[in-house]
Amino acid sequence: MSLSDEEVFEKVQEVLEEALGVDEDEVTPTATIGEDLGAESIDYLDISFRLEKAFDIKIGETEMFDQSVLSDPQYVQDGKVTGEGLAKLKEKMPHAEWSAFEEDPQVDNLGDVFTVDMVCKFVKAKIA
Amino acid sequence: MRWLWLDRILELDKAQRCVAIRNVTAAEDVLHDHFAASKAVNAGGFSGGPTGCAPDAEHPAYPVMPNSLIIEGFAQTAGILTGHANDFKEKVILAKIGRAVFTGVCATPGTTIRHTAEITHLDERGSSTTGVVELLDPADPSADPKPLATIDMMFSHIDQNMQGLEFPEENFVFTDQFMDLLKRSGVQ
Repeated sequence: MSLSDEEVFEKVQEVLEEALGVDEDEVTPTATIGEDLGAESIDYLDISFRLEKAFDIKIGETEMFDQSVLSDPQYVQDGKVTGEGLAKLKEKMPHAEWSAFEEDPQVDNLGDVFTVDMVCKFVKAKIA
Repeated sequence: MRWLWLDRILELDKAQRCVAIRNVTAAEDVLHDHFAASKAVNAGGFSGGPTGCAPDAEHPAYPVMPNSLIIEGFAQTAGILTGHANDFKEKVILAKIGRAVFTGVCATPGTTIRHTAEITHLDERGSSTTGVVELLDPADPSADPKPLATIDMMFSHIDQNMQGLEFPEENFVFTDQFMDLLKRSGVQ
């Protein structure tokens, strides 16, 4: 499937509108899926299902949003993701933008990484 | 599913579609004094219209099936469809009601609610389902069913999605009463 960046964004926007019941203008590239668009844990599964259908792709359980690193004490200390943990997160989610999180790798800040733009990059990598 | 809210399964096509019915009876306490029916509901009980207006002398209240319990009926229909897809090995729980749009038609005593659920997505994590709920009138069996609602629902296979949490080994979702429903409906 060959789609332009704009076409990918429009389809992702539509998926998020339907899955989260938000308005089109709320789904901006920088909007975070959890904080800004109000997604709860089960919504990530819904988003995954809808993306699979919209782009005819298969998404593994933790391929797009992987927080399993956070449950491993080796990667989290005193509420912060360790350097090793950060390397693991980057390895598991290369489609995410990590520079801001690196500056303050609090576990609570991880949700800021899950943006609309991250979803678009993930989809683009899958359909490439 | 700890309680049964369906009377009969009419069709069960593996991983495709399930059709189930629920008869509405005046003998159920939940129908009475629960919701005021609208002025659009005829004395005959099969007219329908916008619900929610307060009853008065001119527009007395009628017992109707609450929409929340219509959603429960659909959830059980779509949940059975999802469970049956994997031979009831997964513990299937309702995860999300993506959409539930009601037409305003009232399910009054003496009518039959028909749920038709279809799977739109199924994998090891769960399912997405969509479907329609319709009202049948035994007094006019040749009439077209009246649309009650359109509903989208997601189901989760909890053993696959709870990130390490463990649940009892036995399938507490599909209890004997659900398996009995399938048997007496002739679909299991």
